Amino acid sequence: MSLRIVVAVKYVPDATGDRHFADDLTTDRDAVDGLLSELDEYAVEQALQIAEAADDAEITVLTVGPADAKDALRKALSMGADKAVHVEDDALHGTDVMGTSLVLAKAIEHAGFDLVVTGMASTDGTAGVVPALLAERLGIPQVTLLSEVAVSGGKVTGRRDGDAASEQVEASLPALVSVTDQSGEARYPSFKGIMAAKKKPVEALDLSDLGIDAADVGLAGAWTAVQEAAARPARSAGTIVKDEGEGGKQLAAFLAEHKFI
Amino acid sequence: MPIDHRLSEEYEALRATVAEFARDVIAPKIGGFYEQEEFPYEIVREMGRMGLFGLPFPEEYGGMGGDYFALCIALEELARVDSSVAITLEAGVSLGAMPVFRFGTEEQKREWLPRLCSGEMLGAFGLTEPDCGSDAGGTRTTARLDEAAGQWVINGTKSFITNSGTDITGLVTVTAVTGRTDDGRPLISSIMVPSGTPGFTVSKKYSKVGWNASDTRELSFTDCRVPAANLLGEMGRGYAQFLRILDEGRIAIAALATGLAQGCVDESLEYARSREAFGRPIGANQAIQFKLADMEMRAHTSRLTWRDAASRLVHGEPFKKEAAVAKLYSSEIAVTNAREATQIHGGYGFMNEYPVARMWRDAKILEIGEGTSEVQRMLIARELGLTG
Repeated sequence: MSLRIVVAVKYVPDATGDRHFADDLTTDRDAVDGLLSELDEYAVEQALQIAEAADDAEITVLTVGPADAKDALRKALSMGADKAVHVEDDALHGTDVMGTSLVLAKAIEHAGFDLVVTGMASTDGTAGVVPALLAERLGIPQVTLLSEVAVSGGKVTGRRDGDAASEQVEASLPALVSVTDQSGEARYPSFKGIMAAKKKPVEALDLSDLGIDAADVGLAGAWTAVQEAAARPARSAGTIVKDEGEGGKQLAAFLAEHKFI
Repeated sequence: MPIDHRLSEEYEALRATVAEFARDVIAPKIGGFYEQEEFPYEIVREMGRMGLFGLPFPEEYGGMGGDYFALCIALEELARVDSSVAITLEAGVSLGAMPVFRFGTEEQKREWLPRLCSGEMLGAFGLTEPDCGSDAGGTRTTARLDEAAGQWVINGTKSFITNSGTDITGLVTVTAVTGRTDDGRPLISSIMVPSGTPGFTVSKKYSKVGWNASDTRELSFTDCRVPAANLLGEMGRGYAQFLRILDEGRIAIAALATGLAQGCVDESLEYARSREAFGRPIGANQAIQFKLADMEMRAHTSRLTWRDAASRLVHGEPFKKEAAVAKLYSSEIAVTNAREATQIHGGYGFMNEYPVARMWRDAKILEIGEGTSEVQRMLIARELGLTG
């Protein structure tokens, strides 16, 4: 029996480019190149390793986004995923985490799954809550923020590293895991992978295919709203402490004053 | 459309992948290896993992199913950041593995190519000798067939052999005189010598001006015996074989030189924008702007020359002249761009910690290796019908 893995990924604006907001305070995607979110590359990598360790597995990579988001799918396919699902609909413009998790959940059910793998957050919105929302919507256990993950005997197990302790966690399949940027560097696609990706199926879906009411998504359906967007103020000059024997104390006092310690 | 100047989607994806790798993996670490004159095993291992050493070879031998054009794309993007790793790939593929692929028997290909394609093993090509470089027909190394033992007995010395002495070098293919024609001219053959064969000695690394994170050695053979079956290609056809290998290799060097020339533009552009003098970025001065415009013009033109030659090669058309033009032009402009980039950087350009200093040191050899500029001019003139 084949292990069905779905990896949910996001196509994000290149963080090294100049990013701007459009008039409706959403990201102006035309003004900047996009790419597969770096944090989602870790999810694709872990899915590939799980699939390689399994007797038989199939990886579907899924994204919700504009036409260019196909680039993110293509990258994941060239890394080694087997097929892709792309949900694209004009009504999705401005969708927040609630709407995104709704669409992802419907698309994952549509694809069929035993294991859902996600990154820890997106590199643009960085809300970090979609994995949890998704697991709730799918009604499956969630084991999040793993730095190590493995699947065997109908279970997914992993390690979650906290500040004070590391936890070993496990869940019965079907389940959702999210992995951190400590889970292992993602592989670079090989030329063979790039050539093979061209022939892999990409299923295109819109909201009606998934039976979703357009009113539940988009800017109008969002539960959150961006009120204002402004450029970050320029850095102010720092405080220079000259060490005359009391430097350590002064440093500690500074940190305490600003509640860093 | 009479000609399409764009890369196909897949080749562009390869270019972008190698560019990302060069920026994220090579750039932060290579300066240290270069300074210490150490071979960057960890970087080469990663290059192997992403399939770069198998780029132009079929999948049945462990390759990536690409072609020579794909290899050149990768070389340009690597050299844009660093030439030592680029030449390691160039020599490993174009000189190490390619002769086995082009001239080897099915058995030889199955034995060697999978490991060479994966990058776990490096191959080298021993052609140049202390007393013979451009005049490759003057080879002095000999290989005598001991028929009773079924072995070649090799004697001689090879110089400046890239990749020949690393911990992962597995094979050096050497050219040697294996007989004479009736009128006394040498017949040259290629013979594969596995690393560690008794009688095969690898000297210590050369101290080089540039390419300091690549491995270059002198090799000596003293009654070195290898099985008769290690003959690569036809007996006595070694000269024709390596001419073919060198013709292709020129395109690869042209791609590498283009990368270096573009890297000089990248570094200088960033510096010209951030370095201030007399109250404004130096890039606001027309003297610097014109330098950069010329550098960009040269890198761009150079790219067109190697892509044209590589395109002819992969379409099975004659490419000898175009390869010579590409090699000659790109290597000369790489030297020019490196000199200009250093000038733009001022005193910092003379400091080894700046990438342009590395590029300046790495550029000169491009006018010498794989056929000097003089040899390229000779070849082009010959293609124009001029002889004597």
